[in-house]
Amino acid sequence: MLEAYPDNRLARILLWSFCALVLAFLMLPTLVVVPLSFSASDLLEFPPRAYSLRWYGNFFGSATWMAGLRTSLILGTLTAMVAVPLALLACISINRLGGRTALAIQGALLTPSIVPGILLAIGLFFVLAAQRLVGTLFGVLVGHVVLAIPVACIVLLPALARFDWNQVQAARSLGANWARAIGGIIVPQLQISLLSATLMAFLTSLDESVISIFVASGQNSTLPKLMFLSLRDQIDPTIAAISTLWTVIVLVAVLIVSLRQKS
Amino acid sequence: MMKSLPITIDSVRKAYGSYVALDDVSLDIRAGEFLTLLGPSGSGKTTLLMALAGFVRPDRGKLLLGDRDITRLAPNKRDIGIVFQNYALFPHMNVLANVEYPLALRKTPKAEARRRALDALARVKLDGLAERDIAALSGGQRQRVALARAIVFEPRVMLMDEPLSALDKNLRETMQYEIRRLHDDLGITTIYVTHDQREALIMSDRVAVMNSGRIQQIDTPQQIYDRPSTRFVAEFMGEANIVGPGAARRIDGADASHETLMIRAESFHLDAKIVGRDGVALEGTLRAKAFRGENWLLTLALDGGQEILVCIPSALAGGCAELATGQRVTAYAPAAKVHPIPGAVA
Amino acid sequence: MTVLADPALAADARRERRFFLSLSLPALFIVGLAAILPILWIIRQSFLTTGGDYTVGNYEKVLSSGLTWAALVTTVELSFGTLAFCILLGTPLALALASVRPRVANLLMAFVMLPLWTSILVRTYGWLVLLRREGLINTALTGSGLTAEPLPLVYNFTGTLIGMVHYMLPLFLLPVYAAMRDIDANLVRASASMGATLAQTIRTVILPLSTGGIFSGSLIVFIYTIGFFITPAVLGGGKVNPLSIRIERTLSTFQDWGSASVLGILLLVLMALIGMMFLVARRLMARNKFGTAHA
Repeated sequence: MLEAYPDNRLARILLWSFCALVLAFLMLPTLVVVPLSFSASDLLEFPPRAYSLRWYGNFFGSATWMAGLRTSLILGTLTAMVAVPLALLACISINRLGGRTALAIQGALLTPSIVPGILLAIGLFFVLAAQRLVGTLFGVLVGHVVLAIPVACIVLLPALARFDWNQVQAARSLGANWARAIGGIIVPQLQISLLSATLMAFLTSLDESVISIFVASGQNSTLPKLMFLSLRDQIDPTIAAISTLWTVIVLVAVLIVSLRQKS
Repeated sequence: MMKSLPITIDSVRKAYGSYVALDDVSLDIRAGEFLTLLGPSGSGKTTLLMALAGFVRPDRGKLLLGDRDITRLAPNKRDIGIVFQNYALFPHMNVLANVEYPLALRKTPKAEARRRALDALARVKLDGLAERDIAALSGGQRQRVALARAIVFEPRVMLMDEPLSALDKNLRETMQYEIRRLHDDLGITTIYVTHDQREALIMSDRVAVMNSGRIQQIDTPQQIYDRPSTRFVAEFMGEANIVGPGAARRIDGADASHETLMIRAESFHLDAKIVGRDGVALEGTLRAKAFRGENWLLTLALDGGQEILVCIPSALAGGCAELATGQRVTAYAPAAKVHPIPGAVA
Repeated sequence: MTVLADPALAADARRERRFFLSLSLPALFIVGLAAILPILWIIRQSFLTTGGDYTVGNYEKVLSSGLTWAALVTTVELSFGTLAFCILLGTPLALALASVRPRVANLLMAFVMLPLWTSILVRTYGWLVLLRREGLINTALTGSGLTAEPLPLVYNFTGTLIGMVHYMLPLFLLPVYAAMRDIDANLVRASASMGATLAQTIRTVILPLSTGGIFSGSLIVFIYTIGFFITPAVLGGGKVNPLSIRIERTLSTFQDWGSASVLGILLLVLMALIGMMFLVARRLMARNKFGTAHA
């Protein structure tokens, strides 16, 4: 865009050095964790003087951490399994209804992403407390699903808007009812978008901490809740190992989805 | 051969807010007939087709298939074969799966479904392409798959929504012929929507010309072309000259018609002898002339100021090249080609 | 002329609408159950004593406490502080990214997206490691002799702000970058051809055309930061107490559900107030769209 000003070299150099600093600022905290996770000492020295895998050993050897990991993975999977089909149906409804009704539904479904997490968390805590459901997997699941629905909708709504609805008419004219048209025509063609929506829903649940902190407990504590508690108490290098694993897994997942999107 | 059914459209109305898409349309289509809905975009022809298919719900009126009322029937229960404008083939299925799809929905046994799908593909001359991906097909091949898919479940009625509009001219002419042949083989009642008047004339048993949500005229192609009942139909069907009462004089000197007349550009001759004594003559000043290959197009300004188009086949236009603009020219038309349009004002 | 519709067909049309409506019911039910109901419950709880009786005492108690007002101020300071830094750091970065070839821009965007895909706890932990007294940054500063004493960078307002800016910057950048990418390059060329300097072009062409993106970005920053919990809880070290932290403490430490609910409602009111401010600002901006071009 600025190629109309080829002579302004000083401004260009200043702008790009500034940008390099900002990009470094963005990358630094994620990257700094990686070498620390391989450190042999329990001091957080940088660079580490000796390397080992003891913090990874710590993580995989701890029953508490493993339970947290298990809970988080189960929750993430369940969240994606519940939120994506619900979001898909809702998005079809929004797309077909149009007009004010569609806007109202869309608005309602996007509320959870606007309301501060802390409010959802304590409100959900109150509601679950009244039903004696605090600390159950169900309570956290409901909280995560409600956060994942808007995320999935944001992926699926544009995909449905691009979809060739003549195909549904064709399927209907050939004898398909709505259920078969959705399952046989819409779903297979939205595969990629549904895959991203599933991944996003899964990551939303995996990454969610505030609701977990208030609503999950004991056996059902999620990994982020355990990490949060551990961060508040002391700086345990085990967290560096978890963070590294976490980042690698998320990056691989995102890479797979974006590569599939391109092919 | 499949048993085909007549279609009855009885005072069907559809409005979107204050815009009336279908204004109490009534139409009877005979069993086995090939009927074309012809009209400009926005005339309501596609809306009418989609109402028959079940994708547009009329505000009122009745749609009958044979003696069965389908007005309130869900689209998937109507058993109507539809060919969509953009074909609407399923890109995630190959050719065979697309054609087998309606049979699978009807729980046809696998082997029979396969046989019938291959049959349908053979009918549209696509043998050997069954395993192809949709993306690997040309436009014409897609058109054929769409046809095969629409006939494979032996519907008793077939609807086609401008199925050839995406094809180039040569392919379009081949497909016009093949669709008509397919119709004749199967004897299936067919409603065909197009905005191309040539296509309508070539393919149809009868043509219904639509404008502003109404049917203007329904007749055989020849009647529609030669004897249009309204000015709109006359002009939509080709180069038509509408001349007011008194503009034309009879060659034999008898009293000229006091009606508004429609004379097609190609009905004119420059030689009075060809036309016969009961024909009409129109005299004017030559404004422009253009050579169009198979014919010459002359623009004459009549003395009243109105301009008419005169089209002379090249084979009969010996003198046209020598005509100069500004020259007086008289054009003659035989009586049989002079058609009064009741109620129209030139 | 009124045209009567066939009542049976009209009923079919309504039935079809109801069918499409019903497709969104499961999602709406979950949202109602896990988002709307909890908010209503907070309102109800704010009027209840621990015993479950009706009271306005919670409001009196919370509103008369100095801690509440301090928390409000901290919340606003954190939100607008984050916003200020996002605009300061994000706008030039977006401009630079929008001015290079799409290939290069996409590559650089990966650097922006990486933190977005990283867990907030991972990032918070990273900052803790970097900003501690014995952390990487302080070691570098004292080691190079730039400062004699390690700087207090974490477990205070500074650390919290750094963590929040880091969290919000990618989210702010995305809409701004999108808006700048959409500007027709010919407009910049046209501006240059008429004699505008680079600074003038940025001020009179590029920035006005990206206000929409900056506005959306700011709204996102505000929506997220107003209720931020994790970053102040970890990087604030107990010294930074916005409303979210006070809510948690009132609930977990004092088991005072009523007062926690009142604080929650304060947070909602604050959100509504700032939201309205944004709406007014947008309307004013729209009105000044056709203003003069004096640079």
